[in-house]
Amino acid sequence: MSTPWAIAGLVVKELYRRKDFYVLFVLTAVLTMMLGGMNFFGDIRAARYLKELCLLLIWISVMVIAIATAARQIPAEKEHRTIFPLLAKPVTRWHVILGKFLGCWVATCIALLVFYLFFGVMSAAREKDFVIANYAYALFLHGAFAAVVTSMTILGSVTISTPSANTTLCFIVTGSILFMGRHLGQIAQKLVEPASTLLQLVYFSIPHLEFFDLRDMLVHNHAAISFLAFLGAMGYAALYSAFFLCAAWLVFRKKPLNT
Amino acid sequence: MAEILRIDKLSVEFPSKEIGQATKLAVRDLVLSVNAGEVFGFLGPNGAGKTTTMNVLLGFVNATRGQAYLFGVNVRDPIARQRIGYLPELTYYYKFLTAEELLRFYCKVFGIKRDVADRRIDSVLKLVEIDHARKRPIKSYSKGMQQRVGLAQALINDPDLLILDEPTSGLDPIGRMQVRAIIQRLKGEGKTVFFSSHELGEVETVCDRVGILSSGELKMQGSVTELTDRYRCNLEQIFLKIVGNGI
Repeated sequence: MSTPWAIAGLVVKELYRRKDFYVLFVLTAVLTMMLGGMNFFGDIRAARYLKELCLLLIWISVMVIAIATAARQIPAEKEHRTIFPLLAKPVTRWHVILGKFLGCWVATCIALLVFYLFFGVMSAAREKDFVIANYAYALFLHGAFAAVVTSMTILGSVTISTPSANTTLCFIVTGSILFMGRHLGQIAQKLVEPASTLLQLVYFSIPHLEFFDLRDMLVHNHAAISFLAFLGAMGYAALYSAFFLCAAWLVFRKKPLNT
Repeated sequence: MAEILRIDKLSVEFPSKEIGQATKLAVRDLVLSVNAGEVFGFLGPNGAGKTTTMNVLLGFVNATRGQAYLFGVNVRDPIARQRIGYLPELTYYYKFLTAEELLRFYCKVFGIKRDVADRRIDSVLKLVEIDHARKRPIKSYSKGMQQRVGLAQALINDPDLLILDEPTSGLDPIGRMQVRAIIQRLKGEGKTVFFSSHELGEVETVCDRVGILSSGELKMQGSVTELTDRYRCNLEQIFLKIVGNGI
């Protein structure tokens, strides 16, 4: 297990030495802190709206960090030819897939943790009924969302020829699932056959990323979700991530790499 | 003498990129073996199949037919690469890392313990003479220095077999001389070296045996003295005769 972690360490090191990651990270952190802390004339609705904006910003940033980072990992290894000295060591292609996933996911989770810390501290400072468990659940489920998106992007990076096409496709797929995924089942019921069955198939096969979205709960201070539901969502994310990573390995393991 | 590297009737075909075109045969029924402690020169013109053969040995490309073994282990098994060092023709490493960080990363990949890794990093950086620049990012290195980092990473696990793909390509005469000296030093330490090169003078100086590949087929192999005695000319002239006349 040390080889995937060594590769993951390299991914994290590369990220914190890149300027674009810092810009996005600092910008989101500052905006989160400002928006999370504002309270206009004690108007609860305005404060909630800002909180919602702030969480949306965190979601977009996490999506950008996860997809943009994961999409270029393996193509960059091939383009810069660093994959050759690496695979000439006792490193399997599964190690590369797993290491790249772990690196991107850990980096995204670090960013996520900082964003939630800023947001949570600012919210706690001005809210009377601050429920820390809600923030913890939201953070963990957001991390699970990042795992699914990262693994899906890694699969895209070994199947789609260019990183830019993969990045665009992953943004579209992730965005579409978040906005429309929950409604597909209802739409399918209104359609005629065979469109209805086809759409239902899509509905049951896509990873429902909206399961991990607890923004409404944080904005409106709803009661926390049950621990069982939380565990179920975590397991759901683990299953989808494992499926995407195994699929990526199956594609990558037979690919010839010509020096 | 123990057989370190064995290639048995190896053929590699690549599918043609154009529809209706036949597959391209890069290597045809190659049979080759390299013994422990030997320096073997793998020669051939561009496109002869040298790099493809090395790619099979390193597991980058799967053979269409035949097998290849390193230390008796099939090259498809990653453990076969535990005791080898590889220097690619073009050296591209993680340029955001320093030489020391790069070597430490490869030590982790080999599962080398930290104290052993520290000693090994010191010794290979001194051997390739870039110890003074160990804390500088690789992107700030000259081409010659990057080639030496490549050699350092190939030596970091103290390998028994070194596979070097044109190790002196793009180096100035001093750089070439240093690489040659390192190969000779490794030979003195009993290491096995399998390398490809277009510098035939250099091959003649350092190699015990050579194999000449042309159009994917091994045209000839033998010890350098045996070949020069048989043809009564130097290696360059032999090479030109074999490749030029298609013997």
